[in-house]
Amino acid sequence: MQLYLPIAEVSVNALTLLGLGGVVGVLSGMFGVGGGFLITPLLMLIGVPPGVAVATGANQVVASSVSGVLAHVKRRTVDFRMGLVLLGGGMVGSAVGIWVFSILREMGQVELLVQLSYVLFLGLIGLMMLQESLRAIRRAQTNTAPRRAHQHRLVHRLPLKMKFRASGLYISAIPPIMVGAAVGFLAAIMGVGGGFIMVPAMIYLLGMPTKVVVGTSLFQIIFVTAFTTLMHAITAYSVDILLAVMLIVGGVIGAQIGTRIGLKLKAERLRLLLALLVLTMSLKIALDLLITPGELYVLTPGRLP
Amino acid sequence: MRGLRRLLSALFLLGAATPAVAEDVVTGLSQSRVGITVNFDGSEIMVFGAVARDAPAPDGPLDVIVTIEGPSGPVTVRRKERVFGIWVNTDAVEVTSAPVYYAVASTRPLEEILSATDDLRHRITLPQMVRTIGVVHQADDTALFTEALMRLRTQSGAFSRDDGGVQLEREVLIRADVLLPANLTEGIFRTRVFLLREGRVIAEEEQLIDVHKEGLERFLHRLALDQPLIYGILSLALAIAAGWLASAAFNRFRS
Repeated sequence: MQLYLPIAEVSVNALTLLGLGGVVGVLSGMFGVGGGFLITPLLMLIGVPPGVAVATGANQVVASSVSGVLAHVKRRTVDFRMGLVLLGGGMVGSAVGIWVFSILREMGQVELLVQLSYVLFLGLIGLMMLQESLRAIRRAQTNTAPRRAHQHRLVHRLPLKMKFRASGLYISAIPPIMVGAAVGFLAAIMGVGGGFIMVPAMIYLLGMPTKVVVGTSLFQIIFVTAFTTLMHAITAYSVDILLAVMLIVGGVIGAQIGTRIGLKLKAERLRLLLALLVLTMSLKIALDLLITPGELYVLTPGRLP
Repeated sequence: MRGLRRLLSALFLLGAATPAVAEDVVTGLSQSRVGITVNFDGSEIMVFGAVARDAPAPDGPLDVIVTIEGPSGPVTVRRKERVFGIWVNTDAVEVTSAPVYYAVASTRPLEEILSATDDLRHRITLPQMVRTIGVVHQADDTALFTEALMRLRTQSGAFSRDDGGVQLEREVLIRADVLLPANLTEGIFRTRVFLLREGRVIAEEEQLIDVHKEGLERFLHRLALDQPLIYGILSLALAIAAGWLASAAFNRFRS
């Protein structure tokens, strides 16, 4: 069944969209990430203009994050205070990101920036996770429990200290704000919730316990992506609600299946799989940038700025 | 149906003797409005017409060209170049005006029936439609960019040429079927029918097709543009409701 999208102004197969949302939903349910880093390039692949893909992808991430965070609230694994601090930074980062995005769109370099940030961040985080999960798997096999002494890192020395009870932390509010701002900036430009950047940053930079990380990350992602969606809707009119609905329906069903699969898998195996997925995506985009394209010319309706 | 009535009166006129132009063309369209609905997947338009004469047809072949032209607008064409090992958009050329859709159908290959002068005057072939006069230069080889524009739009089905796509029965009845693609944009589409003899256009008629979004498409498009805040909040509300619903359904399913 063909569906004409009112904002993207392309006609796409409705089943393709449902399937796309479903596949990304399964992965996001499995790994606890929004899935925006997958949905945006996939949408561009089926002919949705980049701007619409980014804005609508953000809208879909709102849906999956709400669904995920509700499950975590039940298990009391959300640090609301930390979430709000990250959010404060996130708002600033997101606003700057949207501003940069609109400037770059006028320059015609959006595609490049989106692709470069994908390669860079997906590659970096993929490698980090790969290394970490492999080490965890090896540890599980040799049965040596990790010993980590209490470390006094930079986060403990800065001013503006705050108590984050759910995380059991007493640290400066500055690092969380900066992490939030960086992730918010990337979210606005790449159309992702930033879960796959936020989760490792919270574990390794802020030293939060892993069990609260996913829920807290999802909690603040809701607000960052909601804000991103709204800003894109107002400044660029680029949210396609019909496209979003199809993705959300598929994604929501897929997320349920994904959660079940995720519960059956061991945590470190799961992280290894996610690392491989992230690395594959990054490699694919990198190759697109490096290999001589089949078509050298690109059309954009509108005047030269 | 105004077109059909005109066609009938034209056929009636064939018998009557009104000394005016030697040969004229009267045309109609199977539909003059195309609504883009949610399940829109292209539309076939039939352009029909008749040749009106007040004298016996002169010797030599009569040919017909039918064109359908979507709304025009400026297009920026960018070219990728390798910079520091990666492919980046570098040079750009702004084509002042290019239609979003252009289809040419004719009774015989255009080169055989249309002279260069008349092509220039009536702007029939594709290179004439893509206006390059007043191109904003940012590259030395502008021609390559307009060629790329034509090539890309032809590949995507937005530009098409169908030599032999027009049927001409007994040098009187004209019929051409033109397919409007699924990826259509809104606007007024202009249909032109040309009669040709010895490479020259001897008669021409124009009809307009109104292509517009309808129903839900129209509502959503207008809402997004006129009330972006409400539209954005609506998008978010939908996402939040769907997320909550999924979580609730999942919980019930599990317990």
